[in-house]
Amino acid sequence: MEEYFPKSLNKILVEIWGLYNFSVRYFREVLKPPYEVKELLRQFFQIGNKSFGLVSITGFIIGFVLALQAIPTLEPFGATSLIPAMISIGIVREIGPVITGLICAGKIGSGIGAELGSMKVTEQIDAMEVSACNPFKFLAVTRVTAAALMIPLLIIYADTIAMLGGYLALNIIGDVSLTLFFSQIFDTLTYEDVIPATIKTFFFGFTIGIVGCYKGFNASRGTESVGIAANTSVVISSLMVIVWDMIAVQITNIIF
Amino acid sequence: METNGIVINIKNLKKSFGSAEVLKDINLQLGLGETLVTLGKSGSGKSVMLKCIVGLIKPDSGTVEVLGRNISELSYEELQYKRKKIGFVFQSGALYDSMSVRQNLEFPLIRNSKLNSDEIDNRVEEVLNDVGLIDAIDKMPSELSGGMRKRIGVARTIILNPEIMLWDEPTTGLDPETTREISHLIVRMQEKYKVSSIVVTHDMICARIVSDRIAVLKDGSYIKTGTYSELEKTEDEFVRSFFEEV
Ligand SMILES: Nc1ncnc2c1ncn2[C@@H]1O[C@H](COP(=O)(O)OP(=O)(O)OP(=O)(O)O)[C@@H](O)[C@H]1O
Ligand SMILES: [Mg+2]
Repeated sequence: MEEYFPKSLNKILVEIWGLYNFSVRYFREVLKPPYEVKELLRQFFQIGNKSFGLVSITGFIIGFVLALQAIPTLEPFGATSLIPAMISIGIVREIGPVITGLICAGKIGSGIGAELGSMKVTEQIDAMEVSACNPFKFLAVTRVTAAALMIPLLIIYADTIAMLGGYLALNIIGDVSLTLFFSQIFDTLTYEDVIPATIKTFFFGFTIGIVGCYKGFNASRGTESVGIAANTSVVISSLMVIVWDMIAVQITNIIF
Repeated sequence: METNGIVINIKNLKKSFGSAEVLKDINLQLGLGETLVTLGKSGSGKSVMLKCIVGLIKPDSGTVEVLGRNISELSYEELQYKRKKIGFVFQSGALYDSMSVRQNLEFPLIRNSKLNSDEIDNRVEEVLNDVGLIDAIDKMPSELSGGMRKRIGVARTIILNPEIMLWDEPTTGLDPETTREISHLIVRMQEKYKVSSIVVTHDMICARIVSDRIAVLKDGSYIKTGTYSELEKTEDEFVRSFFEEV
């Protein structure tokens, strides 16, 4: 047991150091020409397209359920009119970003980890390297950038769908006009709700991209490493989404 | 830039993975325009040695000089520049799964040459003709047979006109006729572009056709070098074992 602990701690530190270096390399290479525009656009499309359905469904259900749960609590006080305000704050600040972030970690993180992992194992990354094409630029920079920009969009989209879900739930107990519903939401939400929540989603996206690429690039030999790369990508990026969220809340509370 | 007609000079190269000493003491020189065949049993570290030459694997000690420069002393940019002059044919083919054959071949060309798109098309067709697979131009790698993948891998490597070619088992697993075709392709490359090559193989048909010189790897170092006909007559048991397979 005594031996076990320092060893695993050591492994974690090595992992963090590796991820840190990988991120530093990303920032060094992202602005340096030549740019892989075509691949970047392809990744944009891939990431958006792959997660669109999943994000829509979960977003809708979250909003729907959240409103539905709130109704029995607030109805005895005649306070159901507070529901739009309540769910919009919950969704925009916390639930939308975190749940969508976790879903993207599962869907996009594992996809990137598996794809790059198998490219590593079948020597495709080495092949790019020796033909003097920078695989980091072509594979990692494009994917990380696409994830860092696309995941925030997916999250904003999921927030919107979630509120529509909430609207539908409210319509079950009575008629609420869509304009009234949304004007209540816009009256409630302030920049303090929206801006920090949006900023943290860039961190979520970046993290999901960078962890997937890092794990893929560092897959070891043999086909089982592909599965390991995909799996650890999901585990680490999910964990980091939660950790970022916690940090973001602390910082937001200090600033505002 | 070569030093005395030597394009690759490996001195006292050592490489271990964990406790396994794969390369113990490799000394090897490749002359300008020469085709050197390396024989060795499976798992003897032939692929590792080739990867040390292009800087994919860092040696534990020793030096690898390519075209007069020590590979491990180069910056990433310098290394990339040097790699443009080296062609590496992977044992597995290493085709890009997500791209068609045409895109596979264009990939290094677009990034490393100043050709316009017509010239790129022509060059792609030229190398596909070289390997006899022009019909496969719009196929995906998953639709190709093992031998075809290998030949596309060769095409993707020669497309940049490298000065040095490193062939990792270019003919293993191919039928005798394709083996001859690839072997003659290696010879043609040498004649047409004056490339210098290291060919790793245990296929004696290929070795006979392409080799100017053969070096035999055993237990992490080279035990014998000579021409095909010299080694054919040798008494050494280990060396003989390769020739007896034919
Ligand atoms: N990146 C690596 N990490 C750990 N071990 C490695 C690595 N690359 C190669 N090895 C080990 O080094 C040894 C030599 O491998 P190598 O692929 O060079 O053999 P080879 O001579 O090319 O064999 P074959 O003819 O079967 O291709 C093997 O035992 C292999 O497991
Ligand atoms: Mg090998």
